[in-house]
Amino acid sequence: MENVNNLRSQLTKTITRPIEKIVKLFITASAFAAILISISIIFTLLTEAINFFQDPAVTFKGYFTATRWTPTFQNPEYGVIVLISSTLYIAVIACLISFPLGLFSAIYLSEFATRRTRKVIKPVLEVLAGVPTVVFGYFALNWITPNIIQRFIPGTGVFNALSAGIAVGIMIIPTVASISDDALNAVPNSLRNGSLALGATRRITSLKIMFPAALSGIIASFILGFSRAIGETMIVTIAGGQYPELNLDPRSAMYTITSSIVNVSLGDTPHGTTAYNALFALGITLFIMTFILNIGSDYVARKYRKEYE
Amino acid sequence: METKETVQVNNESVFNVSDLSVSYGDFVAIKNVNMDITKNKITAFIGPSGCGKSTLIRTFNRMNDLILGAKVNGTITYQGVDLYDKMVDPVQVRRRIGMVFQKPNPFPKTIKENITFGLKVNNMTDNMDDRVEKALTQAALWDEVKDDLDKNALELSGGQQQRLCIARTIAVEPDTILMDEPCSALDPVATKKIEDLMQELVKEFSILIVTHNMQQASRSSDYCAFFTTKTSDDGKRRTGELVEFNETSVMFTTPDKELTEQYISGRFG
Repeated sequence: MENVNNLRSQLTKTITRPIEKIVKLFITASAFAAILISISIIFTLLTEAINFFQDPAVTFKGYFTATRWTPTFQNPEYGVIVLISSTLYIAVIACLISFPLGLFSAIYLSEFATRRTRKVIKPVLEVLAGVPTVVFGYFALNWITPNIIQRFIPGTGVFNALSAGIAVGIMIIPTVASISDDALNAVPNSLRNGSLALGATRRITSLKIMFPAALSGIIASFILGFSRAIGETMIVTIAGGQYPELNLDPRSAMYTITSSIVNVSLGDTPHGTTAYNALFALGITLFIMTFILNIGSDYVARKYRKEYE
Repeated sequence: METKETVQVNNESVFNVSDLSVSYGDFVAIKNVNMDITKNKITAFIGPSGCGKSTLIRTFNRMNDLILGAKVNGTITYQGVDLYDKMVDPVQVRRRIGMVFQKPNPFPKTIKENITFGLKVNNMTDNMDDRVEKALTQAALWDEVKDDLDKNALELSGGQQQRLCIARTIAVEPDTILMDEPCSALDPVATKKIEDLMQELVKEFSILIVTHNMQQASRSSDYCAFFTTKTSDDGKRRTGELVEFNETSVMFTTPDKELTEQYISGRFG
């Protein structure tokens, strides 16, 4: 009994460890900061967007059916469909460029490249990912448009959807390539060996075994790439132009959600006006689009991980 | 090629290995292997970990080609043809010399597709259903899966997966099957099934098997090769060497070499 009491007194809390508590408080606060910031962004977007829709000149119906986006005109129209279609249009061009190139480079890197070529290509892809988008924007405007597009497709304007789409596509190649590469590398090597041991060639092994096995990861990379294309701002603002009417001609300028936000916010639109509040309606529209895509990509990637556990 | 000497190609043997060594970069995994592998028999490779037996078995279907820096010296002839001749296509080699791996590695496809994949790769697309049934029957798996051919192969138990891997290997009608510790990931019941299966398969195929399990080697093989590691004089490098190659019945009763006897009786390794 004596011993037990002795031991108990030794084990009793006597020291308060203030540094433990302070550090814990600090790191907890940091973790919650991200959540707090997200909530306040959504809150700001929502309140201003609600203000926008409360203007009698704006209707939900008009927002989704009007075919012009001219908030600063005398008779303003708020046809978000113009912006959404331009955004998707340019994003699709970007995907047509980045999906095949990104996927093929991933397959090359994981299935065909020797360690030495991999050592060269991987960092180059990362450099591409590190190029500021403003550089891509001017690259599209000053190089792709005059040297490629206007040469092969006469009649193309200085600002056009095609060059913006191509530049956005180049920008997201590294995203698609590196996530697809990770997905392919996550497929157990034993599958590759199993296929080769049956007398399959490298081509068949990569296309029929490795590619399907990594498919969900690859699809996740596509969704994420698409989501980045939709949210891309600088390139489309610089090279895509601001054509405020519904149009589907790749040779002409377009007006994406992001570039219209930039234009309104850089202009001298006064605070509190409907044109100003429209920014936030656009912001929330864009947010919902990319949010759905990111959740989709997350869901596919999660599903993919389950397969090999 | 000048290796025409008087290497008597025995009708009974499927592989002749002479002065074979395999290295990865500077590291010599196994060296000086000489052996003839008899047709339609089970030949087991035994020995302690790191003795190069898995490395050796991968040279028989050129799977070592896939490992960066792996280099094979010496010759392995397969029915008289040098497997490492420059003109030999490893893809063609693997179509005749199948392989079953340590961990079951079915493709994440249906049971049926696991078998038809190899058939398609080898242009054996006639009577595919019959071929699937035949292979699964030969692998003693048909009765268990015949109603679930469209089920994902990953839903099978480990033992069933391994028999599926055997089925897809024999479906493409190789003449030799290499097995790299095929039972090491399986429980004793599943192991027994694979061993019984080997006795059936050996009527049609030549089988080479790497095993850690001494009982398995003594129970199921006809010939047995015992490898061990030799440490270099400076104590830095360990290289695998063939100690004894004999009929299994002889090796497990009256081995020629002292080292073999010590290993078999469990005194080292």
